[in-house]
Amino acid sequence: MKDTVLAAEVIDGMPLGQARRGFAGRISRIVADHVPSTLPAHEVERRLIELGFVEGAEVHILHEGLFGRDPIAVRVNGATVALRRREAMAIFAG
Amino acid sequence: MHDMTEVAAARVALVGVPNCGKTALFNALTGSRQKVGNYAGVTVERKIGSARTPAGRRLDVIDLPGTYSLRARSPDEEVTRDVVMGRRAGEPAPDLLVAVADATNMRSALRLVLELKETGRPILLVLNMIDIATYRGIGIDAAKLEAELGIPVVTATAVRKAGMEALFARLDRLLAEGLPEPAANRWQEPSAGDLRAAQRAADRLVAAIVRHPPRPDTATARIDSVLLHPVAGLICLLTLLFIMFQAVFTWAQPLMGLISAGFDFAGVLVKEVVPSGLVQSFLVDGIIAGVGSVIVFLPQILILFLFILLLEDLGYMARAAFLMDKIMGGAGLHGRAFIPLLSSFACAIPGIMAARVIDNRRDRLTTMLVAPLMTCSARIPVYTLIIGAFIPARTVWGVFSLQGLVMFALYAAGIVSALAVSAAAKFLFWRKAPTPPFMMDLPDYKMPRLKSIAIGLWTRARIFLKRAGTTIFSMMVVIWVLATFPMAPANATEPGIAYSFAAMIGKFIHPLLAPIGFNWQMSVALVPGMAAREVAVAALGTVYAIQGGEAQVGHILASQWSLATALSFLVWYIFAPQCASTLAVIKREAGGAKWMWLTFGYMLALAYVASFATYQIACLLGAG
Ligand SMILES: Nc1nc2c(ncn2[C@@H]2O[C@H](COP(=O)(O)OP(=O)(O)OP(=O)(O)O)[C@@H](O)[C@H]2O)c(=O)[nH]1
Ligand SMILES: [Mg+2]
Repeated sequence: MKDTVLAAEVIDGMPLGQARRGFAGRISRIVADHVPSTLPAHEVERRLIELGFVEGAEVHILHEGLFGRDPIAVRVNGATVALRRREAMAIFAG
Repeated sequence: MHDMTEVAAARVALVGVPNCGKTALFNALTGSRQKVGNYAGVTVERKIGSARTPAGRRLDVIDLPGTYSLRARSPDEEVTRDVVMGRRAGEPAPDLLVAVADATNMRSALRLVLELKETGRPILLVLNMIDIATYRGIGIDAAKLEAELGIPVVTATAVRKAGMEALFARLDRLLAEGLPEPAANRWQEPSAGDLRAAQRAADRLVAAIVRHPPRPDTATARIDSVLLHPVAGLICLLTLLFIMFQAVFTWAQPLMGLISAGFDFAGVLVKEVVPSGLVQSFLVDGIIAGVGSVIVFLPQILILFLFILLLEDLGYMARAAFLMDKIMGGAGLHGRAFIPLLSSFACAIPGIMAARVIDNRRDRLTTMLVAPLMTCSARIPVYTLIIGAFIPARTVWGVFSLQGLVMFALYAAGIVSALAVSAAAKFLFWRKAPTPPFMMDLPDYKMPRLKSIAIGLWTRARIFLKRAGTTIFSMMVVIWVLATFPMAPANATEPGIAYSFAAMIGKFIHPLLAPIGFNWQMSVALVPGMAAREVAVAALGTVYAIQGGEAQVGHILASQWSLATALSFLVWYIFAPQCASTLAVIKREAGGAKWMWLTFGYMLALAYVASFATYQIACLLGAG
């Protein structure tokens, strides 16, 4: 189930959680159903939106952490946000 | 229509996303000196101040914690929601909401304004940080925004109090006309869809009124390419902490020498002027040796605060949290926990309060419970005293002072033990739970302002001196009395103190503490040391001064304690719950006495075990 959801999303971009430093693109979709978290999926989604991650926003990965290249710092329409790759899997951009 | 001339003060609440300058505006409006800093989550409580407009109207201005929405995800955001919605018992909703926006980052600010409009309260929008926007060439059409939103819009530079006349004039006009009657509250918790729609609407507004410069400002990104570099960034962070703790130890020495010479001089002077006897002993042994031995540490504490204030104002705190995230997560801590823990270097109390920004209760509790393990500034006197007395002032590897290195090691021990305790808690109680999310704004760097740093330092100095003059002074009086009475019999063979209450108390507790190498003088110093850690230093100063000997407590210790005892005492102070106010704050913030007792218990147990091990091992190695 989960996998099919994921597969369907991959079509309209790649998850930001898998992108490397320097990646730049436009957000195509925010879906958090497949993101394991202490928070429910809709809450992860709302928080991402509140930090400015909405469909159409431009994103650019500026920095990565040392261990597992995690967390990442993302420029989103003029603001910089730090987040973990796990939550960034909910952001699809191309 | 509300008529608010002279009768009642109009209640004005400042609302906005984190770090947009609400507190700076609050300070500018009311003349207060609330804490301002360049990271999200500085303010976690509501603060009320009063202001008077040029036309003479009184305003009650309410500063609130920053929030992205009224959904209230964490305790600090609940404060904001409750005030805005008038849900606090006995407090009506504010007459006017002053929405504050960072003019360089209008997207989230305008989305919040759209959400605030749903509450039906009258709103005025302040576009703050207009100085930075202008500098960067960002143009904002405030008149158009006013028309689009249907609410008054004013621009301001809160930190320089620029734009306050315009803001006051606008407020006066609004209040003179009478604020519009609040409309019905249509606010509902927004769903993801609602938030999306609101953000799109805000983005359309931004597109219509904000003119971006052809070449965006890249200063922050360029600095970050070093400070957030995976390897260089971590090296910078470690170097920074290292310099900070070395500086605390070495830079302060000349000033401390000066202060301590001053107290010695005062002691000599009193001995000249006041005839020997009880009064002289009270002044010299009680006050000068006691309180003086604590005040000596003011320069060190101010240097530490200088570093912390600079980092906060520069915008480095969020970066440190970014760099430390993996390590914190590995220890089962929330990514945002790093900022409360870093604040705890100053004092655990604001650190524990700062944990309010953590939404998940379990993560918040863990952070609060380990925060007291971070080396707070009240431990500095204890550490410095013992290090100064027992660690030779040598230079190692050419550049580092050995004493500074030991100080750094003690700080590191605090950090490591905080992480270890939280990792142990995670392992024992919630091994399976996924690590909590970490999402946080990285603010643009700002040049620290000399004036606000100076005010910050002055505030700390005042707090410290006030403590020395109240808590520590009164404890000293108690200790002096206990150490002086009852007085020695006429045919006494030992120093008078051996017959005093203090000796009785100390000798009563001593058997418990003997296995960790403490003598009775130390045992008696630990009791008032519960009030505040520095008091132990003052108490030792007084007890040994009455016992007779040099005025400089460090010299006495060096001759009376073994190295094993000194090390054990240092280790005790890494862990022991020697601070009543911290425990009280844990009780309040965690919502229950059981958390306070839990903290007290685990810290005491850790302290005893660690001191025991230290003392016994040191003795085996021949340092007894
Ligand atoms: N240049 C400039 N800096 C400002 C202005 N207003 C605030 N600042 C700085 O912006 C940062 C944030 O200010 P605060 O007043 O602490 O922000 P806040 O909205 O109260 O933040 P929280 O309490 O965390 O929600 C601080 O570093 C201030 O010095 C301004 O008008 N111009
Ligand atoms: Mg504030």
